[in-house]
Amino acid sequence: MHAHKENHDFEPKIIAFVCTWCTYAGADLAGTSRMQYPANTRVVKFPCTGRIDPVFILRAFQKGADGVLVSGCHPGDCHYMAGNFHARRRFAAFRALLDFIGVDLQRLQFSWVSAAEGGKWVEVATELTERVRALGPMREFKELEAEEQWSGVIDTPELQEAYNNIP
Amino acid sequence: MSRIGVFVCHCGENISRTVDVEKVAAEAARIPGVAYATDYKYMCSDPGQGLLKKAVAEHKLDGIVVAACSPRMHEKTFRNAAKSAGLNPFLCEMANIREHCSWVHEDREEATEKASAIVEMMVARVKKDRKLVPITVPVTKRALVIGGGIAGIQAALDIADAGHRVVLVEREPSIGGHMAQLSETFPTLDCSQCIMTPKMVDVANHPNITLHTYSEIEAVEGYIGNFQITVRKKARSVIEEKCTGCGVCSAKCPQKKIPNTFDKNLGFRPAIYVPFPQAVPNTPVIDREHCTRFINGKCGVCQKVCGPGAIDYEQEDRLIVEPVGAIVVATGFELYSISEKPKGSPIKGYGEFGHGTIPDVIDGLTFERLASASGPTGGKIIRPSDGKEPKQVVFVQCVGSRAREKGISYCSKICCMYTAKHTMLYKHKVHDGQAYVFFMDARTPGKSYDEFWRRAIEEEEAVYIRGMVSRLYQKGDKVVVMGSDVHVGVQVEIEADLVVLATAVQPRAGADTLAQKLGISYDSYHFYSEAHAKLKPVECATAGIYLAGACQGPKDIPDTVSQASAAAAKVMTLFARDELEREPIVAKVNERNCVACLYCKKVCPYGAVEEKEIRDRQGNLIRVVAYVNPGVCGGCGTCQASCPSKSVELDGYTDEQIMAMIETL
Repeated sequence: MHAHKENHDFEPKIIAFVCTWCTYAGADLAGTSRMQYPANTRVVKFPCTGRIDPVFILRAFQKGADGVLVSGCHPGDCHYMAGNFHARRRFAAFRALLDFIGVDLQRLQFSWVSAAEGGKWVEVATELTERVRALGPMREFKELEAEEQWSGVIDTPELQEAYNNIP
Repeated sequence: MSRIGVFVCHCGENISRTVDVEKVAAEAARIPGVAYATDYKYMCSDPGQGLLKKAVAEHKLDGIVVAACSPRMHEKTFRNAAKSAGLNPFLCEMANIREHCSWVHEDREEATEKASAIVEMMVARVKKDRKLVPITVPVTKRALVIGGGIAGIQAALDIADAGHRVVLVEREPSIGGHMAQLSETFPTLDCSQCIMTPKMVDVANHPNITLHTYSEIEAVEGYIGNFQITVRKKARSVIEEKCTGCGVCSAKCPQKKIPNTFDKNLGFRPAIYVPFPQAVPNTPVIDREHCTRFINGKCGVCQKVCGPGAIDYEQEDRLIVEPVGAIVVATGFELYSISEKPKGSPIKGYGEFGHGTIPDVIDGLTFERLASASGPTGGKIIRPSDGKEPKQVVFVQCVGSRAREKGISYCSKICCMYTAKHTMLYKHKVHDGQAYVFFMDARTPGKSYDEFWRRAIEEEEAVYIRGMVSRLYQKGDKVVVMGSDVHVGVQVEIEADLVVLATAVQPRAGADTLAQKLGISYDSYHFYSEAHAKLKPVECATAGIYLAGACQGPKDIPDTVSQASAAAAKVMTLFARDELEREPIVAKVNERNCVACLYCKKVCPYGAVEEKEIRDRQGNLIRVVAYVNPGVCGGCGTCQASCPSKSVELDGYTDEQIMAMIETL
């Protein structure tokens, strides 16, 4: 597989949250098999998809990711027995939330890639990159960063009132 | 301010061919907090590691990023190097710029850019790394072996001979398993009983072995080095300590016509019985289902005739708690039965073979009992229906096995060899008889195995017909075998006196339930899964639990014994230390924040979360918080991602570390 080098106007940033036992190993296998895929993906390794907090996904979008990939062991194959089931359930609910707040769900990909599926990793990474490239940059959350988080200073009457109401 | 050292590896040319390593090092040097950055041809080599150690000392580094291959490859190497340089090994991280970069991207510019980004990410992470100390847990030097077949016996004897205490638990009234039922064994044709029974006696006499027969595993708690096993000792109705094994009770028992399951129902036994004469322990058990005393209370002969007064009709199941440090699972196999579709079995029934209604269609194990000198016929081969000597015997291979349409795709591995053995045993006993074998392929890998199979054909004149059998039916006193010979391309019909089916080897019924108690994984057939098919063939993914024998997959005796000894060796390796060191990737609870919602307890796959009471000096309960037992915690981090108050943190994968990585995007 030799990727034909093309010049694109936009190179999306993809961040991949993967578990160490299956998908990280699968991505390693893609390497040892010398498969080729776009260089847009940055991998963050977790012990298990169960460890992945949805906040990480929000933070990634906020910090410049245009697409997020979450990938772990196939259901039933979790090294930690049930971590990926918790992840699956958590992200099923989380997707609905993202959809509600207006994130294009095409920017977010959940998949199962086992340690033996180097080819599948390449497929998933390539597909997401191309899809996000077509969608263009993700701006919504980056703009939010300017007004991110409460500073800790009570400088409005509303905040003062809320603070006073804390029992 | 951190002082991070970045070491970019060329990996010969593996990385430097597509990644400009000098540029990556130069860019890394510009990252705030990086005190030193360099590149080297082979970081993992001795001079490479020397370079790293020297740099730690010279530049007073407090964190290291090695940009090289996958951490799965060399993380241990570099962490050890960091450790010998006086740095906490967990302050060393690897940036994977080979498998995840140079090998998968061809464009030099893109690959270099990505490599720099990966390095930046890992530098951000290492800044947030904390010093971690491996966790030590004490080791209870006592092993549990589940299953008293040849696998369990071998493992138990090996561990006991090494000087450790062993608890051997067997479900049946006697140890011995299937091997005690066999007549002779391939490829040497030595008598199974002759090589098995001495080992059984060794188990009984070994000072280090505690034997619980007629017992089952009730519950398993704890973790590697520290398991608590609850064993259910089923009511035997015979007091083991008093019984001398004289056998008068069995001889006097008025119930004489109970099918003998050990003999595959070929013979009969009384209601109070030992399964076979060489049983260990030689203590009878009352079959309460068939005993007149237990059916209507109108007997009591055994109690009357028992000299030592060992009969106790009131005996109840007892629960015994055994603390152990390691577990060997050796629960073995059972043969698939064509007469019924076992519950939950993937195999569809064999209606075309008569569903077990034809009396002269038997399985391989029944044939073993017929051929065994200690069997119900004294080793005389006769048909179950009329007791006549069969002159034409048809053996059918792969019944259930390798039959995807029946639901099992695996090869049962032992049938080719034992069928060859059966044809020989038959020929040795019925000189004018003829054996036919229907087979798909003869699979005979193993020392002296193929020679043995050839002998069956060339010297013992077994006729091997390549092809499958489509139907078996009764015709007069014969069983008609309809099959095909694919070499000649014709239909074959044989009127046989006896048909022996090599039925599929399956895990024991209830293998899944036991696995759930132990917390080990199993495949779709309920065979137990090893941690790594090649490099960890006897370990379970769950630490401290090892596999031996056919419970992991179909196996013959030599393979089973080897695996059992291997499992025993693993247990001994574990027991060679007083304390166990394990990676400190475990969750910790911030007790000041925890509100004890115990959601973590709900999601924890290991049951590692407990409730902890915080008390003041007077002993008054202040509040309850969650507590993660570091010995039990597997380190998945599911609790952390689920904690609503962010009060639990997985060492090595803290929010800080992950967030720092995300920040570099």
